Amino acid sequence: MLQGIPITHVLIVSSFMFFTGVCGFIIRRNMITILMSIELILNAVNINLVVFNKYLFPDQLQGHFFALFVVGIAAAEASVAIALIINIYRRLNSISVDKVNEMKY
Amino acid sequence: MNYSLTILILLIPFATFLFNGLVGMKFKPIVSGLIGTIGLGVITLLAYLTAWQYFFVDGMVGGSFPKVIAMSMEWLRLTDALRIQIGILLDPISVMMLVVITTVSFMVHIYSLGYMKGEKGFERFFSFLSLFSFSMLGLVIATNIFQMYIFWELVGVSSFLLIGFYYSKDSAVAASKKAFIVTRFADLGFLIGILLLSYFTQTFDFKVLTGTDQSIFAQTAGVSFLGMSVMTWAALLIFMGGAGKSAMFPLHIWLPDAMEGPTPVSALIHAATMVVAGVFLVARMFPVFYFQAPDALTVISYVGGFTSLFAAAIACTQYDIKRVLAFSTLSQIGYMMLALGVSGYGGHEGVGYMASMFHLFNHAMFKALLFLGAGSIIHAVHSNVMQDMGGLRKYLPITHITFLIACLTIAGVPFLSAFFSKDEILVAAYEHNKLLFAVEFLVAGLTAFYMFRLYFNIFWGKETHYHHTPHESPKTMTIPLMILALGSVFAGYIPFSKLVTSDSMPFESHMDFGIAIPSVLIGLTGILIAWILYKKESKIPERISKSLGGFYQAVYHKFYIDEVYMFITKKIIFNCIARPVAWFDRHIVDGTMNGIGWITVTSSRNIKGMQSGNLPQYGMVFVLSAIILVLIFSFLI
Repeated sequence: MLQGIPITHVLIVSSFMFFTGVCGFIIRRNMITILMSIELILNAVNINLVVFNKYLFPDQLQGHFFALFVVGIAAAEASVAIALIINIYRRLNSISVDKVNEMKY
Repeated sequence: MNYSLTILILLIPFATFLFNGLVGMKFKPIVSGLIGTIGLGVITLLAYLTAWQYFFVDGMVGGSFPKVIAMSMEWLRLTDALRIQIGILLDPISVMMLVVITTVSFMVHIYSLGYMKGEKGFERFFSFLSLFSFSMLGLVIATNIFQMYIFWELVGVSSFLLIGFYYSKDSAVAASKKAFIVTRFADLGFLIGILLLSYFTQTFDFKVLTGTDQSIFAQTAGVSFLGMSVMTWAALLIFMGGAGKSAMFPLHIWLPDAMEGPTPVSALIHAATMVVAGVFLVARMFPVFYFQAPDALTVISYVGGFTSLFAAAIACTQYDIKRVLAFSTLSQIGYMMLALGVSGYGGHEGVGYMASMFHLFNHAMFKALLFLGAGSIIHAVHSNVMQDMGGLRKYLPITHITFLIACLTIAGVPFLSAFFSKDEILVAAYEHNKLLFAVEFLVAGLTAFYMFRLYFNIFWGKETHYHHTPHESPKTMTIPLMILALGSVFAGYIPFSKLVTSDSMPFESHMDFGIAIPSVLIGLTGILIAWILYKKESKIPERISKSLGGFYQAVYHKFYIDEVYMFITKKIIFNCIARPVAWFDRHIVDGTMNGIGWITVTSSRNIKGMQSGNLPQYGMVFVLSAIILVLIFSFLI
C-alpha cells in the first residue's frame, strides 16, 4: 500500500496532523474540541509508528501493534475524559476550559 | 524440699499493685487498702515459712548454709554467652531481708490504713506501696546482678512516686525530683561497674561471682587504670550505686528532703528497707570486694565512718522531727557500711559482716518504729517541728512508751536489740582500725544524745498550747507500734552468728565486755546530758549553741553541702555547660531546621502563581519547553 510513496510525504502529513492537534489544544476553549485535538495528536503518532516500522524494519510488526495499543488506550482515555466533561458540565453548566480553573495550587 | 511457693512472694504484691492501680478507684478506698494489706499479710507469712524452712528444716549442708536457686528462667538471650536470667536466690542474707521487708511493709500497710484515712489518692498510695514491696523483694532475691539492677531501678521509681505523693505541693515535687536525680546519677556508676565486672568475668551470676572459684577473675590480673586495678574500679563504681541508694556522703543530700513523703513511706522506704539496699549490695558482693578489691573495702569503711559522724552531728541541731530521724538513719547506715568495710571473711574474722547484717535487721525494726511513732505524733499535733510539741506523754501514752523503747534501743541500752549489734560492730572496728573505732564510739554517744533530745522535747519539756487536745491515734496505728516495739526489744536475741555470716558457716561470738561497758556508759552519758538540757525548759541549750557560734551554724545548715551542690549545679554546670549547649541547640540545630523550612515556604510562595489552573497555558508551556529541549539537544549532539 505504501509502495512508491516516499517516507517524507507521509511524515509531512503526520507532522501537519500533530501541529494541528497542538494548535487546537492550545487555542480552543471547548473541552470536546480539545479532546478531539488530543485524538489528532495520538493518531499523528500512530502514523509515525507504522511508517517507521515499515521503512526501518520491514519484516517486523512491533510498530503496528504499538499503534493498535495506542488506539485502544486512546479509546479508554476518551471515555474517561468524556465522563469528566459531563460531570464538569453538570457542576458548572459550561464546558469551557476558562471556567475550570479551580484546581490550581 | 523445694521452695516453689516463694514465687508468690513476688507475684502477690505485683498483682495487688496492678489491681489497685488499674481498678482501685472503682471501689471504696478501704477496699484497696484491705487488699494491699491482706496481700502483704499473706506474703509475710510465706516469708516466715521460707525462713523457717531454710534455716531450721533444711538447715546446713556440709557445715554451711547453701545458696539455693529456688527458681530460674531465661529472660533475655542476647548471645549464647550473654544471657540474662530472672530467678530466686535464697541464701542467709536474702532470706533475712525477706523477713525484714515483709514484716516492716506489713506493719506499714496496717498503719497506713489509719494514717492515710480520708486522704485523696488512698488507692494510689496503696498501689505504690505494693509496687515498692514487689520491687524491693525482687531486689533481694535476685540471682544475678542484672536482675538486681532492674529491681534497683524499680525501687528508685517507686521511691520517687511515693516521695512525690502529695504532688500538688511544690516542695514534695522538688524533693522527689532530687531523690530521683541523685540516685539515678549514682546508678550510672553502678551500671558502669556492672559492665566492667561482667566484661572481665563473663558472668552476671551471684552464685558464680561469690563462689569459691576465683579463676573467673583471672582476666582482670594486670589490667589497671589510673593506678588502680580494674576490679577496684568496678567495686568502687558498684559501691557508688549503693552509696546513692543508701545516701552515703556525699550523695546523702536527697534523704532529708525525701521526708516530704507521707510518714509511713519514710518509715518503710527511707528508714527500714530501700536505704539499706546499698548495704545489702555490698554484703551480697562481699567476697568479690574482699578478695578482689580490698582497697574498695577500705574506702567503704571510711565513707561509712565519716557519714555516721557527720550525720549524727547534724541530727543534734535539727528541729524537724522527721529530719532528725532521717539524719539518724544516715548515721546508722554509716555504721553498717563501716562494719562491712572492716570485716574479714570466714569465721570470727567475718564478725563485721555479721554485725552489719544484724544491725540492719535491728535497725529496720526500731527505725520503722521511730518513724511510725513520729507519724503518730504528727497525726496528733499536725506539725513536724519540735517547738510545737512538748508534754505529749499525757496525751499519747502508747506512742510515748513505744517511742521510748525505740529511743532506748537505738541508744544502745543493754539487753535491747541494738545493744548487741552495735557492740559487735564496735568489736569489729576495734580489731581492724582504732581510728574508726574512736569515731564510732563517739557516734554512739551522739546518737543517744540526739535521740533523747528528740524524746524529751516531744514528750516532756514545756507544754505548748494546743489548739485542740491531742489524742491517741486509732488502733490501726498503735498496734503496729506495739508489734515493732516487741521486735526492737527481742530481735537482739536472734543468734545471728549462727545464721547469717560472711561464709554462711556459723561461729561462736561472745560479748566483749571491755567494749560493751564503755559503749553503754557513753550512751548513758548522752542520755544524761539530754536529760539535763531538755527535760525541763531551760536556757542552757540556747546558750551552748550561741557559744559555739559559727560551728553551730555550719552544722545547723548541714555543713552547707546542699549549697555546695547548688553552686556546682546551678552556677558551674549550668553556666559553663548547659547554657552553651542550649545556645547551640536554639541557634544552630533549630536554626538549620527553621532555615530549610523558610527557604521552602518562600520559594513556593513565589512560584505558585505559575499554577493558574488555565489548561491552554499549561499546554503552551509544555509545547514550548519541548521545542526548546529539542533545539538544545539537536545543537548539542
